[in-house]
Amino acid sequence: MADKIKIAQYWGAGCGGCDVALLDIDAKILDVHALAEVVFWPIGFDGKLADIEAMPDKSITVSFYNGAIRNSENEHVAKMLREKSVVMIAFGSCACFGGTPGLANVTNKEEVFQTVYKDTASTDNPDFITPQTHLKVPEGEVDLPEFYDSVKTLDEVVDVDYFMPGCPPTVNLIALAVDAVAKHVTEGADLPPKGTVIASDKTLCDECDRERVETGRRIEKIYQSYEIKADPKKCLLDQGIICIGPATRAGCGSMCPKANMPCRGCMGPTKAVMDHGGSMLSALSSLLNITDSESKLSEEQIIELMMQVKDPLGTFYAFTLPKSLLRRTVTEKRKRKG
Amino acid sequence: MTHMSGPIINDTPTKTTEKKITIDPITRLEGHGKIEIFLNDQGNVANAYLQVPELRGFERFCIGRHVQELPVLTNRLCGVCPAAHHIASTKALDAVFNAEPTETAKKLRELFYMGQYTHSHIAHFYALAAPDFVLGPSAPANKKNVLGVVDAVGVEIGAEVIKHRSYGQKVQEIVGGRATHPCFGLPGGVSKQISEEERAQMEEMAKSCVEFAKFTVKLLHDVVLANQDYMDLILNQDAYYLETYYMGMVDKNNKTNFYDGDIRVVDQTGKEVEKFKPSEYLDVISEHVEPWTYMKMPFLKKVGWKGFTTGPSSGIYRVGPLGRINVCEGYTTPLAQAEYAALAKTVKDLGVTGPVHHTLAFHWARVIELQYATERMLELASDKSITSDDIRGVVNEPTEGVGICEAPRGTLIHHYASDKDGLCTKINMIVATTNNYAAINTSVNQAAKALIKNWEVSPGLLNKVEMAFRCYDPCNSCGTHALNGSPALEVNVRRADGSKLETLKNF
Repeated sequence: MADKIKIAQYWGAGCGGCDVALLDIDAKILDVHALAEVVFWPIGFDGKLADIEAMPDKSITVSFYNGAIRNSENEHVAKMLREKSVVMIAFGSCACFGGTPGLANVTNKEEVFQTVYKDTASTDNPDFITPQTHLKVPEGEVDLPEFYDSVKTLDEVVDVDYFMPGCPPTVNLIALAVDAVAKHVTEGADLPPKGTVIASDKTLCDECDRERVETGRRIEKIYQSYEIKADPKKCLLDQGIICIGPATRAGCGSMCPKANMPCRGCMGPTKAVMDHGGSMLSALSSLLNITDSESKLSEEQIIELMMQVKDPLGTFYAFTLPKSLLRRTVTEKRKRKG
Repeated sequence: MTHMSGPIINDTPTKTTEKKITIDPITRLEGHGKIEIFLNDQGNVANAYLQVPELRGFERFCIGRHVQELPVLTNRLCGVCPAAHHIASTKALDAVFNAEPTETAKKLRELFYMGQYTHSHIAHFYALAAPDFVLGPSAPANKKNVLGVVDAVGVEIGAEVIKHRSYGQKVQEIVGGRATHPCFGLPGGVSKQISEEERAQMEEMAKSCVEFAKFTVKLLHDVVLANQDYMDLILNQDAYYLETYYMGMVDKNNKTNFYDGDIRVVDQTGKEVEKFKPSEYLDVISEHVEPWTYMKMPFLKKVGWKGFTTGPSSGIYRVGPLGRINVCEGYTTPLAQAEYAALAKTVKDLGVTGPVHHTLAFHWARVIELQYATERMLELASDKSITSDDIRGVVNEPTEGVGICEAPRGTLIHHYASDKDGLCTKINMIVATTNNYAAINTSVNQAAKALIKNWEVSPGLLNKVEMAFRCYDPCNSCGTHALNGSPALEVNVRRADGSKLETLKNF
């Protein structure tokens, strides 16, 4: 078939889960095979960087880029794929919001190296040797990408056409994207407007089938999941377990609540929300009855209630720190200190 | 498979004038990597480096997190074997909270984990390795992939591969809540009971997977072991052979176990030199740092780091399927045991005593393990007691603990310390592929030196160099986790008008 479209899938600072997610579309892979030629997908295909570099601009129909931008190589390949591709999709939460690796944005390169190459319990490195971007070895010279001070999202380094959140994106969302591209290619159908987030516009709570207290919702105490046996039918928040469903975009099928565990927000914030954690904090303060009864609670009582959240960063920003407003605050504070 | 043409083993080299040959990125593995091969003045290989150009730093940013979140955070080290991290992490939480899991919880975790092995070993054998064996090491680059394999073996077999890898994922989803990035692990147990209907569904899928594994064993024999060209490649001691130590988990009878047991280390002759509990890992393993790569290189502490050399004086050891098959004395399930015996007989007939040092034997070991994982999955899914609601054990105050399991790619160690509030104060992880890194680099160097001579290079030869790392099924995503510390956080909670309501700090 001469008219196959060309697709590429690349990973920046990711885990490979987005690549497995593409495999998880199972039999639909054979549809993709009929429609497209994979020019670059390092996990399973032998295309090399030099092959892509040699391709004309805009000769790849769609590039799926997963993983965050953690180093200079991630950025370089993102820019190259952008030039070579008609459509660039930020695939998965790391590309969209920084994801779990983005939690590193409260620290920096120096501290990461200190921990990884020096302080960790099994590391034996008395001279504190660290990876070098350029090094003379006896036989010649070798290079490594530069590890950046912070994690960036894909749209901080290139123009992104579509965003597909999820850690990883679900089969249903991927199928939506594959079908949209297939219809565009085979029938000339319009692509969605640029900037579209390929997911639901609702919140996770809208698609979660747990029973919620309808009026006068209130919790007195926050529990960790291991501290109580959560009722598998009732809203986890109503039971005092912090579930960040109220601030999180729907589209995953509420898999974690179905497994009797709270949402951790991998789909990112909803459309209306600028800051994922801020939105959840607001929902939580209302549940803890802080917002509505400020006058009745002393400052100490409010602090006591909120200090039950032992790790606000990991609780509210596990997937979205590089995209959050908070991250800028942390960065600015560090700069001032430094 | 009658329409299949024979694999293309060799191609014609051409003379290069470059003294540095770069393979970037190396492909059909998990994660990033690049190989630099340096030629000397005679056009022979002076040295080769497999560089891992990535680092995320989990050991840094997991500090300050609530330890109960680590099974879902450290999942994200690797999306190919998230279940391995989830299990090692949950077992570390068992230790941190001094919480003994219930029998039901242990069975559910292991069942879930056999789903992971089924998915991971099928994905590696068919999607990553098979192109080299079905199409051949020198087949055109744009054919050497899973779609090329499907074209060669036929859509019917392709559909069976897809179906059974998917069953592995489905079992993880049913038990673990999700296949990629599961969420069911809690100290002393699991979050979710399973229904009889789900159990019965998993039993059916497991039965089918056992049959598919039998088919895979046969395919390996028919396509690879029966082909003298491949046997010559596998037995090529100049290119694919390292005499190293081996490490893997065994049960009390020294049979392979992926979920729980002691860690056994044998030397180059097969003699046991270490057998340790998770909490003792720091007595056995240290990690070395090289300036030309982001990934660390573990070695046996008592033997020491002696560079990229092998033999009893070098602390380099191997893990994963080849490591496990060399440390174990067999399998607890009949089909896997039978195939293990077949491998043992083959190597004995070849005059090999002691461990199998042939690097490409990783593939055979992996297929034996696929058989074991599916059989064990069926045993556990057939056990009606797994639907019990007794899924949560008693949890105590958090302290410090180590959890170890065998990831598909090797021994996986998670070590956490917690303060009284449950916040992580210290974390160290030694990840499956990392254990193998020094050996992988040595293997690549060895293959390059044996295969590239007198300036002659070809795509097929370079792919044969890649085969030297590919058989380890390396996961460089896993290997470059590293990030700790106590990130300072200040959150200002504001009213709608922007005035400050409260400031939260964790410092």
